[in-house]
Amino acid sequence: MQAEGTVFKYGDNVDTDVIIPARYLNTSVPEELAAHCMEDIDKTFIKRVKKGDIIVAGRNFGCGSSREHAPIAIKAAGVSCVIAPTFARIFYRNSINIGLPIIECPEAAAAIADGDRVKVDFGSGIITDETTGKTFQGQSFPEFMQEIINANGLINYINEKQAQ
Amino acid sequence: MGMTMSQKVLASHAGLSEVKPGQLIEADLDMVLGNDITSPVAIRELDKFKKKAVFDKDKIALVPDHFVPNKDIKSAENCACLRHFAKENRITNYFEVGQMGIEHALLPEKGLVTAGDLVIGADSHTCTYGALGAFSTGVGSTDMAAGMVTGRAWFKVPSAIRVVLHGRCRRWVSGKDVILHLIGEIGVDGALYQSLEFTGDGVSSLTMDDRFTICNMAIEAGAKNGIFPVDDRTREYMAAHSKKTPHEYTADPDAEYTRTVTIDLDTLEPTVAFPHLPENTKTVSEAGDVRIDQVVIGSCTNGRYDDIKTAYEILKGRKVAEGLRVIIIPATQDIYLRAVKEGMIAAFIEAGAVVSTPTCGPCLGGYMGILAPHERCVSTTNRNFVGRMGDVTSEVYLASPAVAAASAITGKISQPSELGL
Ligand code: SF4
Repeated sequence: MQAEGTVFKYGDNVDTDVIIPARYLNTSVPEELAAHCMEDIDKTFIKRVKKGDIIVAGRNFGCGSSREHAPIAIKAAGVSCVIAPTFARIFYRNSINIGLPIIECPEAAAAIADGDRVKVDFGSGIITDETTGKTFQGQSFPEFMQEIINANGLINYINEKQAQ
Repeated sequence: MGMTMSQKVLASHAGLSEVKPGQLIEADLDMVLGNDITSPVAIRELDKFKKKAVFDKDKIALVPDHFVPNKDIKSAENCACLRHFAKENRITNYFEVGQMGIEHALLPEKGLVTAGDLVIGADSHTCTYGALGAFSTGVGSTDMAAGMVTGRAWFKVPSAIRVVLHGRCRRWVSGKDVILHLIGEIGVDGALYQSLEFTGDGVSSLTMDDRFTICNMAIEAGAKNGIFPVDDRTREYMAAHSKKTPHEYTADPDAEYTRTVTIDLDTLEPTVAFPHLPENTKTVSEAGDVRIDQVVIGSCTNGRYDDIKTAYEILKGRKVAEGLRVIIIPATQDIYLRAVKEGMIAAFIEAGAVVSTPTCGPCLGGYMGILAPHERCVSTTNRNFVGRMGDVTSEVYLASPAVAAASAITGKISQPSELGL
């Protein structure tokens, strides 16, 4: 599986309140959530983002609340992958559970600039900045998590296991 | 190699004699929690399971608290979804308006969590119950859905930071100051993917409400969980609230920690976290002249009995500063009722504050005290992110009930000593 898109770059500690503000949590419809994705930190994000685009951010991405609405909003906005040095732990597991690919890679997060074209190969974890020509080795998932991702999320994984 | 308290709880629930940091395990759950924001997502996910029945109707807790009593039609729909699901599946621990409270204050109060339990909740502050010696952690709605069906969840076994507490807090210094100080020291990702294990001779001086506040904000340091050893105070609390049999675990003497942080409780001062991160801490003495527009006393962090009582001791017989809005929200019906019976609510109203039925409300910028552009609020809640309580230019200063109440009188960030207390 691969992702390719234009980079939206943000700083450290991007929290779930700016990814999807709580005032919109009275709904859980992905498209409605996506319409407000990132609006408290970047009002133009949702107007500019195109299917396949990539978010590159600083450390502790997704800190704050447990709202699965955050990775759901990002995924529904069309984002194909999030790259950061570290992710907040609930955001990390939520992303795996709903099938939003995220990759930990401090070097890529530091070097890639806003607006760069980036390609990610999920199998190998290799991140290529096509604008600068630089490549980076991102962390690949442990086998157990890879199985959940391969099954396309936790629920399918459990269904498959129960069927066995 | 020895195990930490958290590792022991995880090992026992995974049916293993030993676990190591980084190991991926699947473990049996004692309680699965959700609220009116996260449960509807989980309930919808349930349809995707082949096997849809809940694993144990007594081990699921559903608490509508965020936008409750319903703030608008969409919130009402979410709550209706919860209500119907609870009825259909005969969920024992569903708490309707009238019985409900903010989930993390309610579950311990109702005795639904005791020492040694393994709890997941689709709310990040589920880590609160570590105060009772349980392993409890926040997850998302898909995990909640899977937990409700299978009674199990996957975990990556965390390493731990040991936090050694010495001495005892001075007057007007409480659990909130301890945890704000710690987050100021280690940062908002200082404990990322790790447990915060509290220990030391200072533990015994902390009330249960102090410990709940401290564990509540473990997530604000990025931690997976916070956990306290079980002592006589814990046992007394559990005996008064729960019929369940607790299981006490203690860390092995040779348990490994990635680092040790020591805090002398005697030296702590009333502390405030400035916008827009909980790690931006200063003591109130260093805060300078910060004028405020609103004060909120409540939430799963500081809406418990001790907190409301502290606010009462400061506000009674005084008047809130002119032009300031002061909102006090007891976290559960039980706390609210005690405050009514003990005359606290009358004192709050006489002081010029408003008092609300239990709700998360303003804590997450939901309703009941939203901030206008550039307004400032001193709040006893746990997050001061951009836009958390209202407009993106508004500011939230996190503090203890004592500091919030003192600030309510002066109209600027203050501590009780400024009132001669
Ligand atoms: S009081 Fe605030 S932090 Fe606590 S559960 Fe409610 S919204 Fe979350």
